[in-house]
Amino acid sequence: MTEELIIAGFGGQGVLSMGKILAYSGIMQDQEVSWMPSYGPEMRGGTANVTVIVSDERISSPILTIFDSAIILNQQSMDKFESGVRPGGILLYDPNGITRHPERKDINIYQIEGARLAAEMGNTKIFNMVVLGAYLKIKPVVKMENVIRGLKKSLPERYHKLIPLNEDAINMGLKNVIAVQELQ
Amino acid sequence: MSELKLMKGNEALAEAAIRAGADAYFGYPITPQSEVIEYLMAEKPFDRTGMVVLQAESEIAAINMVYGAAGAGKKVMTSSSSPGISLKQEGISYISGAELPCLYANVVRGGPGLGTIQPSQADYFQSTKGGGHGDYHQIVLAPASVQEMADFVKDGFDLAFKYRIPVLILSDGVIGQMMEKVDLFDPIPRLTNDEIIERYPWATTGKKSGTERRIITSLDLDSHKMEKHNQKLQAKYKEITEKEVRYELIDCDDAEYIFVAYGSSARIAQKAVKLARAKGIKAGLFRLITLFPFPSVKMFEMCGKGIKGFLAVEMSAGQMVEDVRLAVKGCSKVEHFGRFGGVVHTPEEVLEALEQKIIGG
Repeated sequence: MTEELIIAGFGGQGVLSMGKILAYSGIMQDQEVSWMPSYGPEMRGGTANVTVIVSDERISSPILTIFDSAIILNQQSMDKFESGVRPGGILLYDPNGITRHPERKDINIYQIEGARLAAEMGNTKIFNMVVLGAYLKIKPVVKMENVIRGLKKSLPERYHKLIPLNEDAINMGLKNVIAVQELQ
Repeated sequence: MSELKLMKGNEALAEAAIRAGADAYFGYPITPQSEVIEYLMAEKPFDRTGMVVLQAESEIAAINMVYGAAGAGKKVMTSSSSPGISLKQEGISYISGAELPCLYANVVRGGPGLGTIQPSQADYFQSTKGGGHGDYHQIVLAPASVQEMADFVKDGFDLAFKYRIPVLILSDGVIGQMMEKVDLFDPIPRLTNDEIIERYPWATTGKKSGTERRIITSLDLDSHKMEKHNQKLQAKYKEITEKEVRYELIDCDDAEYIFVAYGSSARIAQKAVKLARAKGIKAGLFRLITLFPFPSVKMFEMCGKGIKGFLAVEMSAGQMVEDVRLAVKGCSKVEHFGRFGGVVHTPEEVLEALEQKIIGG
């Protein structure tokens, strides 16, 4: 199994940390992982993206142009990465702020209203965990118990009291993902 | 017991320095390698192992602090990115002339000049063909993973002390910035002053009565003596060329076409091998681990064995390709492909270059 994923959105949405938690979860189940962020000037207040690969084998290129899955969290990223999803692959997006919805007919498309759900839960910071939950519902590349272990590893100890909240957010995502277009 | 962590390449390099029992790190921040000094300052090894971590006033000051500490037999390192490494070259030349061990890392960014902060491999010439003035070489290790960013610190220090030579870890923005799983080696204690005095008879550790003065210098105004000194250096480089070559062959056994690459380009080329094989093209990867010494002998040996061409893949306008050409001595087709100036090529582009320049060309 190899999953090649791009997570793209605004800086501050938790794009990089979502990728990091996923990568740590992969390590927890003895898989190979890579996490390659964009680190250019665009990170300062603009778009941020990270390529995460989780695999049973040694990972070759950490930089990709074609992805098994894309998690897209703003319009700029939709414009940039919709075409990069492999035919038959997965595009998951939050419709909040999206003015042009995905148009591809040869991929599976899902929505998660992460921003709205996180706001309803009373903490917009857990937005990325809602989205992660939605992604794991569609593509369970890592087991939930390993995500929790991954969270423990990637969060400093002083934030460990927030783990149950993050778990709730992941479950919220799991329950609320909407299939827009599923291929046969 | 070793420890499994998810780390950036730069962080792994810094952690490995502490674990390798380094006595000091002198540096100056620059993107994309600033995490090295940030990590060291946050970890505070000075409180645990006594390792000195110091932000110098400039790159030039940092490399000269390295020169001084190395002269005293200390395990010492610095790191920077391309423009900063250019500033350090005078010091590297002096350290080479004075035959001192040190380790430094270049997390390469696009150039020339201030260039860009994005990844590049355009410092190959500087790393392998001198960089500073004079007839000298340094051992150049090219990590292609976060794991190797850690492991090569330990190996680099060992080689530096074995040959009393600067060792360069030539990385780039991709390897420095990405996170991967890393299995950290067990910490090695720093040497005590007594151990340094005992092990390194060349180090300036304080003259005792009745012992010879030890002089650390790269200067000798007597040209004949200087020629002898140079011959000694050349003999050392020859020995290194014979003994320390490192490389990795991936899917080369039945290959007709070989990508030659190092660092992040090797990772990208490895993916291109997979894409090629899926299309029925028998491609393989010759991954360079040491850039000096260059694995010329092995590359030439492969030539006669059904290889139809080599494609040098590097994020530069064509530097390493010159060494590939020298190695194969015209017995096989050699072409170059690479994006540069901070642009990273994709596996698809690499495969397309193979098809156009080698197979179809």
